[in-house]
Amino acid sequence: MEGMYAFCVGLLTACGIFLALRGRTFSVVIGLTLLSYAVNLFLFASGRLKLNAAAVLEQSEQYSDPLPQALVLTAIVIGFAMTAFVVILAMRARADLGNDHVDGTIPEPPNNTTQKSGGSQ
Amino acid sequence: MQHLSIFPILIPLLFGTIMLLPPISRDIHAQRVTSIIGTLFLLISCAFLLYQINNQGVQLYALGGWQAPFGIALVADKVSGLLVLLTAFLAFAVMLYAVAGQDKGGAYFHPLFMFQIMGINGAFLTGDIFNLFVFFEVLLIASYALLIHAGGKQKTQAALHYVILNLVGSSLFLFGLGILYGTLGTLNMADMAIKVGQLQGETATLAKTGALLLLVVFGLKAAMLPMHFWLPKTYASASAPVAALFAIMTKVGVYSIFRVYTVIFGEHAGELANIATPWLWPLALLTITIGSIGVLASPGIKTLSANLVIVSSGSLLACAAINSEAATSAALYYMVHSTLASAGLFLLADIMARQRGKAEDRFVRSRPFVQPKLLGFAFAILALALVGMPPLSGFVGKIMILQATQSTAQTMWVWPLILLGSLAALVTFSRAGTTLFWRHNGTVLAEAEQAKPMEIASIVLLLLAAPVLVLFGGVVSEFTQQAAHYLHDIQSSAYGLLPGVTP
Repeated sequence: MEGMYAFCVGLLTACGIFLALRGRTFSVVIGLTLLSYAVNLFLFASGRLKLNAAAVLEQSEQYSDPLPQALVLTAIVIGFAMTAFVVILAMRARADLGNDHVDGTIPEPPNNTTQKSGGSQ
Repeated sequence: MQHLSIFPILIPLLFGTIMLLPPISRDIHAQRVTSIIGTLFLLISCAFLLYQINNQGVQLYALGGWQAPFGIALVADKVSGLLVLLTAFLAFAVMLYAVAGQDKGGAYFHPLFMFQIMGINGAFLTGDIFNLFVFFEVLLIASYALLIHAGGKQKTQAALHYVILNLVGSSLFLFGLGILYGTLGTLNMADMAIKVGQLQGETATLAKTGALLLLVVFGLKAAMLPMHFWLPKTYASASAPVAALFAIMTKVGVYSIFRVYTVIFGEHAGELANIATPWLWPLALLTITIGSIGVLASPGIKTLSANLVIVSSGSLLACAAINSEAATSAALYYMVHSTLASAGLFLLADIMARQRGKAEDRFVRSRPFVQPKLLGFAFAILALALVGMPPLSGFVGKIMILQATQSTAQTMWVWPLILLGSLAALVTFSRAGTTLFWRHNGTVLAEAEQAKPMEIASIVLLLLAAPVLVLFGGVVSEFTQQAAHYLHDIQSSAYGLLPGVTP
């Protein structure tokens, strides 16, 4: 279970970072969302993974650490608000700047003759 | 009073909420009056808090009555007391400037301003590292909205970079916290400081990863190289009161570095002792260098002030790298000075830009000022303070930093860089002053507005800090020394905060 979990967190983080490094705001926002999912899962795992262990005292022999669950809840709420803000800001930037590139201008391709499916396409 | 240490968080929250509610939210005049009253209240309560800390020692406030390390604790020690008072003073002065007309550019300026103050004060006061994250987010989301206050292409573009960078920073912060909680099993800073010494082997390596991730995040906030690229554009494009308030934002990052890497990962951290120092040294020195180059290359006053913020961040990080009581004390003094002086420069740049027509704040030949004497005098004082010339506070601050170097190697690196940085500032300020005040063509702009009395009052208030910090230099530096001693003494900054725990 731990291996699977770690693999998922790692994959989400890798995809998130890759997308956050792209040139268009849409993929950047998706990247940030994936990154925050990865963070939430990671925080959840920081209290160790246990099966059949509710975070309630005196109900079962073993119980899981309740604090990471509270932390994840806080992180989800904050991450959600921030994502909402960045979506609105990206739309505003699209309207103000006339394109959806994070720098506000679409960079000239280095060589116009070769058609490559590069980062900003 | 027992609850005094939560007032710096509660007052802005209360006033910000009141200003969102109907009778006041529709009337800009009512909002202005409420804001002034709110910041004045804040200033008074912060002064009382500092007085109380000075007389009775550290104020430990357990939120909801849950004792640390199980509940969240607010720790008002001398360091946070000083910085909270600094924030309150800055907020009051900047608010005086904003009510003269700059707050009309967009909706909700006053509530957002209050929420940002709340976040900053909370970050200074909290004793719990996850709570630090929460207050970081509070101040960040307010700053995102304040940054695009008054609108415009440049602001949107700068805000997009700023928001995306800080969102990535928040994710890294949480990764770091997750690792630290997983290895240490606690989030209370005092408790972490005690437990970190027992880590060994693989766990210690894991905790080191978390700690260095946090350094990246704090470095991003503090504009440490190579995470400083967002700063010049963001600060130069923000409207004047917002940029002036942002002058303290980099200091929040520097404060967190001091708190985390002195108390938690300081000398007593066993295998993890002083882990940040080898990274902080080169990065701090490079930050000073790159900031000084930016100062020399600045095309206008706003960019110049933004680059000066980077230089001062670099100097403060160098103090963190020296990692001694004297250096921390120097950093605290310099922090107060540089926050107030750079805030003053941001406000002055705005007045100047408004009186020069199309030339705005750029260093080009243009129309003369409407009030050359007033502006020239203020500019000269700020320049002297920021360059670090006697007899103003910049001089004392820089001398304290230079004196704090311990070994020959440290002196060889820190002295030339700080002095050359001052020289770069001196060159740029002389160039700027000559162009702005002596090289004109044409006549005074007909529709140029004079600086309003409130705006002058605000700048005078910020300017007064420079001589006052020198006149009362003995008292202030003694206080910062005590604060630094407290921070470096794990007995008081960690064991003293947890009842029933002894080394």
